[in-house]
Amino acid sequence: MNGLLTVTPSPHIRSPRTTRSIMRDVLIALIPVVIVAVVYFGWRALLLICVSGAVSCLCEFIWEKAFKKDITISDLSSVVTGVILALNMPAGMPVWELIFGDICAVIVVKMLFGGLGRNFVNPALAGRIILFVSFTADMTNYTVPSFAPDALSSATPLALEGSLTWADFPSLLLGLHGGVIGEVCSLAIIAGCVYLCVRGVIKPIIPACFVGAELLFSWLFGAANPVLGVFSGGLLFGAVFMATDYVTSPLTNWGKVIFGVGCGFLTAAMRAFAGSNGAVSFAILIMNLLVPYINDITRRKAFGGVKAK
Amino acid sequence: MPHRKNTAEMAPVRLPPPETVVIPMSMHIGAPAVPAVKVGDTVKVGQLIAEAGGFVSSPVYASVSGKVKKIDEIPASNGRKMKAVVIASDGLMEPWEGIARPEVKDFESFVAAVRSSGVVGLGGAGFPTAVKLGVKDLSKVEAFIINGAECEPYVTSDTRTMLDRLDDLKDGVALLEKYMEAKRIIFGVEANKPRCIEALRSAFSSDSRVEINALPPMYPQGGEKVLIYNTTGRIVPEGKLPLDAGAIVLNVTTLASIARYINTGMPLVEKVVTVDGSAVAEPKNVIAPIGTPARALFEFCGGFKEEPCKVLYGGPMMGIAMPDADLPIMKNTNAVLALNEADSRLPKPTACIRCGTCVDVCPLGLMPTLIEDAYERGDGQRLKELKVNLCMECGSCAYACPAKRPLVQVHKLAKGILNVYNAKLKAEAEKKAAKEAAK
Repeated sequence: MNGLLTVTPSPHIRSPRTTRSIMRDVLIALIPVVIVAVVYFGWRALLLICVSGAVSCLCEFIWEKAFKKDITISDLSSVVTGVILALNMPAGMPVWELIFGDICAVIVVKMLFGGLGRNFVNPALAGRIILFVSFTADMTNYTVPSFAPDALSSATPLALEGSLTWADFPSLLLGLHGGVIGEVCSLAIIAGCVYLCVRGVIKPIIPACFVGAELLFSWLFGAANPVLGVFSGGLLFGAVFMATDYVTSPLTNWGKVIFGVGCGFLTAAMRAFAGSNGAVSFAILIMNLLVPYINDITRRKAFGGVKAK
Repeated sequence: MPHRKNTAEMAPVRLPPPETVVIPMSMHIGAPAVPAVKVGDTVKVGQLIAEAGGFVSSPVYASVSGKVKKIDEIPASNGRKMKAVVIASDGLMEPWEGIARPEVKDFESFVAAVRSSGVVGLGGAGFPTAVKLGVKDLSKVEAFIINGAECEPYVTSDTRTMLDRLDDLKDGVALLEKYMEAKRIIFGVEANKPRCIEALRSAFSSDSRVEINALPPMYPQGGEKVLIYNTTGRIVPEGKLPLDAGAIVLNVTTLASIARYINTGMPLVEKVVTVDGSAVAEPKNVIAPIGTPARALFEFCGGFKEEPCKVLYGGPMMGIAMPDADLPIMKNTNAVLALNEADSRLPKPTACIRCGTCVDVCPLGLMPTLIEDAYERGDGQRLKELKVNLCMECGSCAYACPAKRPLVQVHKLAKGILNVYNAKLKAEAEKKAAKEAAK
């Protein structure tokens, strides 16, 4: 023991969990959704997912290289952003438009605001909304899986809401209907959600409150069948993979409740009183913007703390 | 969190007398002890070498027999220097002839005996026990909580106290009942020590005032406020003492050491220290004279099987990494750990991803990620609102953080910003008051 000893502040042990392992878990949770996308929509779905993941990474790399910052692509956060954005595309989305969306998501929403942890809205979500507003026709040109039954094949089931019956429920669960490549199959999304909860990556609070509130409010707003509404459109995918983004969701459990309920309320309201397209995205976006305020009003009470003057 | 209680089944082994001991004068919270010996004096085990330097202080006794070699300055864990008496051992470990059982007949003489025992909070805090026990109104103490949680990974010295020193613990409990009018004595032990819980339960089965509380093995179960809450449901208010919640918390080894002094007259001169860590060849529990250099303990444990890169005094969560293994073990040292190169390296911090894990794990309900934000902005008002002053630096947040942020360090620095901010507020208030008085 003649070498110099290392001196560091405590604690001297750290948990094995890292940002990278969390992002890796999110990617693993997305595997069922990706498989369904490829099976239902063909190799074009895989092309979109791969291109989007790669371009997002590249954007972060180029930005960090250009500004002489540490390269952080190995934390996998940009891959997650890219894959989630791709899963929000219809199968026929032109690749260059998706690339434009990736650049907006990673460069404009994430890197311009200081990189990982500093973005004020979910990058993938913002990318989706930018594409939705810019290329509405392409973004709503929903492809239908080749083997879908006729009843649901015209558009997304949300557009048909009034005529949906319980007989369509199995098709909704399996995703045998039109929609963006990642959101059609409810079962695959639920499987991902269970994995994330079991691994402790997310708590079920936000998805549960989001879905619960959407059910309640769409019933109050007079929807024909609120339960079927949950399983059609982007609600489940948004609730599990987009609303639970750490950076843009509240820190405390009560904060998550407010956030989830807010998302559910806004989704139901937009679906009832405005167009159904993009309701989930706009609901989450608005709640993202409120997160700092939610964090402030749901601050944990310090153990034994007395109110500061 | 890993428990790594590798040495729990290892009964302590006595270290052969070390060649020299370096006994610091600041092994407790409060004023340093004042040396009562000169260079060249001959001392024996248990002989007073330094008197308490004030009310909040503690006397210090020779832990070996031999000659006072010098009175030196050595580095303290806070980076300053502290005085220490260096004794060259004669290898005989002869007890001092003046050792005599203290006369204890009432509360005052009991507290006086605790004071002269040299016992301080042995769980790690080092607060002079006599000050803690010297309460003005005994009826305010509703419960004595005996802390056997030992929640730090690796450390098993309190486990050994509960297994090997049951007689001392029984006598200690009897003393609390007799002189401190204890109505309720609660042992808080983490459930990962079933043998300790069993031993305590059978030892105290006939005493209805004693409860043995098996607590979930979850760090920081042994934190004073956490333990009080988990055993009594009481919350210690900000800026108040455990006594304000009706509790006095004593570590198990502290209680056993008080009993030993009152039974034998031998003050606190030795300590059971867990020697472990990835670089140590044969981890052991070692009974070592206070002031023994950590290096001697490592050598006694077969030396190193790997080059040690970090030496910790205490456990890995709150222990202090020292630059030098020649520094002595102190009254409140319960472990010395030597870590190999891989265990010494801390992962590089990455950007905070606001996952809220730190908020979930903080035992005191603080929000470390927001504290870090406020610290980076130097925002004293916000730090005040976020109560960074309550942080006990247990390390739970920094341990759990997936981005590996150095949160404990940030909290320590943030407390500094808060202190400056509070001082500024106070100065402004005083200025205003003076102006108004002038009018």
